[in-house]
Amino acid sequence: MNIFDVIGPVMIGPSSSHTAGAVRLGNLALAILGEPIKKAVIGLHGSFAQTYRGHGTDLALVGGLQGWATDDARIPKAFEEAKQAGITISFEIINLGDLAHPNSVKFWLTGVDGKVCNVTGISIGGGRVCVTNIDDFPVEFNGEFPAILTMHNDRPGTIALVTGILSGQGVNVAQMKVFRKQKGGLAAMIVETDQPVDDAQFYAIGKLPHIESVRRIQLG
Amino acid sequence: MDEKLSLQKWIGLAQQKNISFGDFCVELQAKELEIGEDDLLQRMEAMLKVMEQSIASGLSGTKSMGGLVGGNGKLMDNYRREHTRESIVGSIMSKAIMIALAVGEANASMGRIVAAPTAGASGTLPAVLFSLSEARGIDMPVLAKALTVSGTIGMVIASRATLSGAAGGCQAECGSAGAMAAGAAVELYGGSPKQVGHAVAMTLKNMLGLVCDPVAGLVEVPCVKRNAGAVAVAMTAAEMALAGIESVIPVDEVIDAMAAVGSAMSCTLKETAQGGLAVSPTGLSWANKIFARS
Repeated sequence: MNIFDVIGPVMIGPSSSHTAGAVRLGNLALAILGEPIKKAVIGLHGSFAQTYRGHGTDLALVGGLQGWATDDARIPKAFEEAKQAGITISFEIINLGDLAHPNSVKFWLTGVDGKVCNVTGISIGGGRVCVTNIDDFPVEFNGEFPAILTMHNDRPGTIALVTGILSGQGVNVAQMKVFRKQKGGLAAMIVETDQPVDDAQFYAIGKLPHIESVRRIQLG
Repeated sequence: MDEKLSLQKWIGLAQQKNISFGDFCVELQAKELEIGEDDLLQRMEAMLKVMEQSIASGLSGTKSMGGLVGGNGKLMDNYRREHTRESIVGSIMSKAIMIALAVGEANASMGRIVAAPTAGASGTLPAVLFSLSEARGIDMPVLAKALTVSGTIGMVIASRATLSGAAGGCQAECGSAGAMAAGAAVELYGGSPKQVGHAVAMTLKNMLGLVCDPVAGLVEVPCVKRNAGAVAVAMTAAEMALAGIESVIPVDEVIDAMAAVGSAMSCTLKETAQGGLAVSPTGLSWANKIFARS
């Protein structure tokens, strides 16, 4: 924590968790999709479902999906701007279960070039957020570092090949986590890095054996 | 941040160096951020400018998202202009109350604010800073130094206790905002580092136990008016500290007591809208109306 965490951030009110955090979750979902959004279905759970109008959570999420920052003065007009940009938005009240965080949102996104994905995230207070699920795969990351997300087959050496490509270009791994549903099945890996990952590395990772898909997640 | 920060330690260091607490905090924070002192103060001035704009936006006739607040900053502004001689609290505090309400209302209506320390408690600090700066003709660079004092106080509270209503109740939000404002006020009026500490301690002592009980879970009622209440406590504490009045309980111990009170507080009174004013008959009826709209 530094002094500008206390004197700041500059944000559109009224709530750091329900407004600023919602913008950041929209930003993250957009970065995960990896192209501008054409259509978004947004599911709200718990406190998000109950109080979204009063906190402008819906506007904040839609602003975030358009790549805006938490202090963007256009946030109160996010729906009009989305409409003008040709983005279709709809909201649903969802129930992710008793164990889900009260401030949870699930996005089902379609991009302008046809990419699709679903992203679940939570707002954990003070504007801090965490992505907990991508394409029905449980993950955990917060977007503070540039990240690479792979979906790959759980085979020996796959992780080393990925980190090898990164280290070859002087990219330092800040944190990494591996998730799998069952041994030898489909697995996911989040690699958070101190430096951004360039195009050449990104494509090289995509061509590795056993890699089903790779995403590069970088917030502006 | 394993080892807890200590305001008493920093006050002691400022005394040893024989410098004001503002100068000490600027030196400390510039070093911490690895930037020049001028850069730090410029970034603080940028925050002050956003605060100034948020006052104007709150006075321009806002209506909150939930519809529970709006227009009270303007009422206060009209009143104080029409009753310049009869103010109960005097013109400085009257202006501060107006600013606290205006910024709180700007926040509740999706205006752009500085969360200092949080969005819900964003009215108190600008209220104290800008009412005093007007009264004494204080310019931005001096105000930026006072804001650095506020931020330093807030960091200590975050380290030893919390700044979040969900974790510690409103004492942690409006209470901390008041404490940060009181320290800044003492700095602006030429008080010593020790007096800054006493003002912080006396503010928190008077906010101890304040619960977070927002109607319908929204940052509207009672949040906006509590920002004004925190202003009154902060200014009272700063005035006492400048008069040489001391807190019997040292400031770090007061912050620790706030942490303990926050932990002991029932979850129904920590931003869950399950206790206090949120479950008063009128509070519940508003909640029903607001949820029916959603």
